[in-house]
Amino acid sequence: MKNELICIVCPMGCRLKIEGTPEDPVISGNKCKRGIVYAKEELTNPTRMICSTVKIKGGIHKVVPVKTDRAIPEKYKFEVMKLINRVELTSPVKMGDIVLENIFDTGVNIVVTRNM
Amino acid sequence: MEKSEYDVVVIGGGPAGLAAAVEARENGISRVLIIERDVEPGGILQQCIHNGFGLFEFSEELTGPEYAQKFINMARKDEIEIMLDTIVTSINSSKEITVMNTEGKKEILAKSVILAMGCRERTRGAISIPGERPAGVFTAGTAQRYINIEGYMVGKKVVILGSGDIGMIMARRIVLEGGEVKAVVARSSFPKGLTRNVVQCLDHYDIPLLLSHNIVEIKGKERVESVVIAETDMKKQVIPGTEKEYECDTVLLSVGLIPENELSKQAGIELDRKTGGPVVNESMETSVEGIFACGNVVHVHDLVDFVTAESRRAGKNAASYVRGEFKRNGDYVTFSTSGGLTYAVPHKFRYSNLPDKLDIFMRVDMVYNDSLIILENRGKEIARFRERHLTPGEMIKITVKKEMFEKTEGVININLVSEKESGNEK
Repeated sequence: MKNELICIVCPMGCRLKIEGTPEDPVISGNKCKRGIVYAKEELTNPTRMICSTVKIKGGIHKVVPVKTDRAIPEKYKFEVMKLINRVELTSPVKMGDIVLENIFDTGVNIVVTRNM
Repeated sequence: MEKSEYDVVVIGGGPAGLAAAVEARENGISRVLIIERDVEPGGILQQCIHNGFGLFEFSEELTGPEYAQKFINMARKDEIEIMLDTIVTSINSSKEITVMNTEGKKEILAKSVILAMGCRERTRGAISIPGERPAGVFTAGTAQRYINIEGYMVGKKVVILGSGDIGMIMARRIVLEGGEVKAVVARSSFPKGLTRNVVQCLDHYDIPLLLSHNIVEIKGKERVESVVIAETDMKKQVIPGTEKEYECDTVLLSVGLIPENELSKQAGIELDRKTGGPVVNESMETSVEGIFACGNVVHVHDLVDFVTAESRRAGKNAASYVRGEFKRNGDYVTFSTSGGLTYAVPHKFRYSNLPDKLDIFMRVDMVYNDSLIILENRGKEIARFRERHLTPGEMIKITVKKEMFEKTEGVININLVSEKESGNEK
């Protein structure tokens, strides 16, 4: 288990000290309650937004930006990239169009983030 | 030569220009033109494909292209004319603008101009790294454009110089695309970018951040082959004997941004040496009447949301200028800064022109904890703000009610003091 985390809930960037067990972590160094919530989430179920690009035919550029429409479990971050890099779209696409649905059964979709 | 006339001409179609144009239009101005040198509007946001934009403006976390798309959609809905792939070659204080595009040269006459040209990156030349001149040295923003817009990977083994936000964001992007980032190297003892980027872009991807280090040599004939990195002391000077060689094929530079003001200079606009941008009043008007400025051309922001807010003010006031309603009653009160605050924007105000609340933006020269920002005029304190944590990477915004400035005159000094030293007597 990590023994230090920097809280990113606000710009203060509190250095959180993590002690105890993974099931029952003891967190200190936080200047407000939100630090505890952040640390527990980060220790038990870290999630990440993944933003990337996919190839597109017939658009103004050769690639179009996409993102996960919600944060996905951290462990999938490189797997998501593999999926994304296999996709090729054809223009026109619109912001919000779903490119890949329910990836890894997480309920998270990959969506286009601009019109092209 | 053909000379078209507009009420408001906005130079630059990035987030600042789009917000200013939309605001001018929505304040009743019909002939609004945006001039943009790229082939599409949106500016740098189009290549900032990561999320983290819009928390203040839209209360949701958007990517750069999404933030841009929302404003492009507003501009389209308002039927604002956007001249793309067009560069402004000259502008004067009479608001005569010369532009060039594939159709040739055109003259444009504006009643009011809004400068929204943004900023550009400092390059290798600006920081003088010794060594050879191989391919593979890019500014971080150029690399970002290659990867996110052109779909072209810049290298496999990368060293990034500078701990600015773009550099850290590119470090993560390169790792996600299968590259390896050997290190992010920064001369300063603290990261220059936002803390959340240190965590989300570097820590989460196990990318080493070497603070108090510098690249002392770039090696390679055709392509970058390695860099030599050394530790630096408190004065940012290299400590001899600490040199280490890192094998890499690419070096990215994230070493600062400079407001792009060649056109402002042509128009005879007064610039501030500290910000590198025009001196502006409470209405975002420059020293030339009727020429306004907003966004990164004025001072480099770290949040686009603040650019939008500032640009709306410019757009709204340009509209009131065109309608002949812009007032110039009373003398200016100017801001000065001290105690580690490097600048304040706006630079000055006329009391009668103030909105109900005035946002003042500032930066500090180093990290300060538990400090007070105190505004003083003629020996009298007019407002104070407690700040728990200040760092050069994060712009400070304070909001002061109009009535606090009543009866102020001359210079208002904005001072930064440690909370302990101040005795906290008030």
